[in-house]
Amino acid sequence: MRSLLLAASWCLGLAALAGCSREGGTTAASGDASVSTLPLEYALFLPAPRVPGPVNRRHPAHVMVDLEVRELVRHLANGVDYTFWTFGGDVPGLFIRVREGDLVEIRLHNHPSSKLPHNIDLHAVIGPGGGAASTITAPGHTSTFSFTALHPGLYVYHCGTAPVPMHVANGMYGLILVEPKDGLPPVDHEYYVMQGEVYTVGRYGEEGLQAFDPDKAGDERPAYVIFNGSVGSLVGENALTAKVGETVRIYFGNGGPNLTSSFHVIGEVLDRVYGDGATRVVDRDVQTVSVAPGSAAIIELETPVPGTFVLVDHALSRAFGKGALGMLKVTGPGNPAVYSGKISDTEYGGTALEVVAAHSASLLGSTSVPSLPDIEDLPGVVPTLEVRMERGRRIFLMACFACHQPDGRGLPGVFPPLAGSDFLKANRERAIRIPLKGLTGEVVVNGKVFNNVMPPQLFTDRQIADVLTYVMNSWGNNFGTVSVDEVKRARGEAK
Amino acid sequence: MIHGLPRAFVLGACLTGSAGAEPPPAGMALVPAGNYAPLFQGKNDPATIRVPAFYIDVRQVTNAEFLGFVRANPNWRRSRVSPLLTETGYLGNWSGDVELGPRAPADSPVVLVSWFAAHAYARWRGLRLPTTAEWERAVSAGFTTENGAAEPTYREAMLDWFSVPTPLVLPPAGSGRPDVYGVRNLMDLVWEWVDDFNSTFVGGDSGDDSGLDRNLVCGAGGTGVRDFTNYPAFLRFEFRSSLGANYVVPNLGFRCARSP
Repeated sequence: MRSLLLAASWCLGLAALAGCSREGGTTAASGDASVSTLPLEYALFLPAPRVPGPVNRRHPAHVMVDLEVRELVRHLANGVDYTFWTFGGDVPGLFIRVREGDLVEIRLHNHPSSKLPHNIDLHAVIGPGGGAASTITAPGHTSTFSFTALHPGLYVYHCGTAPVPMHVANGMYGLILVEPKDGLPPVDHEYYVMQGEVYTVGRYGEEGLQAFDPDKAGDERPAYVIFNGSVGSLVGENALTAKVGETVRIYFGNGGPNLTSSFHVIGEVLDRVYGDGATRVVDRDVQTVSVAPGSAAIIELETPVPGTFVLVDHALSRAFGKGALGMLKVTGPGNPAVYSGKISDTEYGGTALEVVAAHSASLLGSTSVPSLPDIEDLPGVVPTLEVRMERGRRIFLMACFACHQPDGRGLPGVFPPLAGSDFLKANRERAIRIPLKGLTGEVVVNGKVFNNVMPPQLFTDRQIADVLTYVMNSWGNNFGTVSVDEVKRARGEAK
Repeated sequence: MIHGLPRAFVLGACLTGSAGAEPPPAGMALVPAGNYAPLFQGKNDPATIRVPAFYIDVRQVTNAEFLGFVRANPNWRRSRVSPLLTETGYLGNWSGDVELGPRAPADSPVVLVSWFAAHAYARWRGLRLPTTAEWERAVSAGFTTENGAAEPTYREAMLDWFSVPTPLVLPPAGSGRPDVYGVRNLMDLVWEWVDDFNSTFVGGDSGDDSGLDRNLVCGAGGTGVRDFTNYPAFLRFEFRSSLGANYVVPNLGFRCARSP
């Protein structure tokens, strides 16, 4: 429905327009649009979440930006309408894209049907009010001013007319990207997402045309926190999309007016983040980006695995009950090495958890044996070797395999092998003491030197006996079984 | 600039008199003397300003009434009006010089008139435009008491107006609920010109007065403000500050006033 607007074709069908009255003051010759000798270009606009393409220019230009302010009843949520005040008929406002050094001429057209005057404050502008001081515009009028884009970056623009919180909360915010002279690295997709708050008289979801509530605004208690102008604007068929193996760049802005966004993509790590939209500083491997009201961030993420990745404000009550939720749908083949998906669903693994807890306690240097419930042998029943081997295997696969490896071969130069270990075979009493006391320092196993640290393992005597029995009788080892009494004796000597 | 205006306004002087118990002039209501608390205040400004009693139209001037003015004063016809006194959209919702047409019902408020035109009309009727202080004093009254701010329904009605866009064809003037003085639609039909519309600025490019820096925008626009919660007052001040005397706006009309 929202067609591509080429500003060049903007129709001046407003009988009441008085024409563009330029500011009375003088500006530096190079910054005065009226005498500019730069090549003239017209800003190209696309509705969010789409973004106009890269500037692809190696020289500065005089960029004409025609922004029409419209006050429109728009969909806010299911059954809920709201009169948004917009830059270009859309929330967020139209995405402006220029290049560092460009002369940007803003023509702010306030539609005759508007109830109110409006202006524009662009954070990329250096000058009084960021342009707001020059653009207070009555309904049915047009204001014009120009500025040179001196600083590259992603900047918020918004209406600066009092009461400002009301104008901003009603939708008057957008982003302007000032590309660095050399542009930004190419990516596969660019998207435009902007967060904002809506302060309705009615509670979240209360149907009908909602009015603005100044008390809620004053208390910073929005009924809605939304991405791109409505609840659900970026979900289902409106979700952002990408294919496996692509790079996605999100231009994320926070219109506010009041709340800092904790922007997060569930199930992703943000590969690169240009915080505050400053293009010269990059953070890598970011989980959650704090974006202040009136600020923005350039976010790049790679998509190695398919799935639906949910965009949220990680102040989660806003995502769960106020609308701050969107989706990135990635399609393509899976990659189990990165993400396996669910491997199994089995009975409760309580025994394994006990072993992990004991191991964790040992790593923490705890000196007391944790009081774990143990599966005691029934009185008078001697467990078979099979049972002992199975109990020992479980302990090994929870506590030992990470270093000695599941196949008992260890890691060359780091962790000594247990399979075929002459060190184990040579001294049985020493072998029993190792899990009880730990082992630190240089050892020679099968002719190879190892020098590492193994902490004491806080298992019961029976568990130690079982895991030693498993190790002594697996992978071709045939070193005999270890009894609980042997472990008890060794423990007594150790003390 | 006003050499072409009719002389009828001189008669207005005859209408002045004491504000005793005599009934208000037809179509007008008496707003008794009282205090007006300006939105913006410098350190040395008084908290309130005394506003003497005045009469004000109970509703806005309608298209039919303004047509009478235009018929009587051909220089204010669309085709003949001086471009110095108005933008080209003057009476742009009328069908012709002296034809209202479907977009300008006879009993709806006249809009798309400049301050000069409103001013001339008031003088022609022997009246004047209300001052900002008078207008704000009038709108501060509620439906049932003299303090609208204390009446939730009054402020809601005001805010509701901002939650709907301006309709293409305006409803009749005076169709709203009367306030405690009998004045209607001060805040829920169209904006209204005041005599000194450009005396207070928020976020404009000039207008510094009384030593207060009013050339401030955005959050700074709140500097020197007494009551931050009065959003409608901010909106009115911003609206006035966006205007020039020759501007015509599709939702800006006027009503007249006079002193007793």
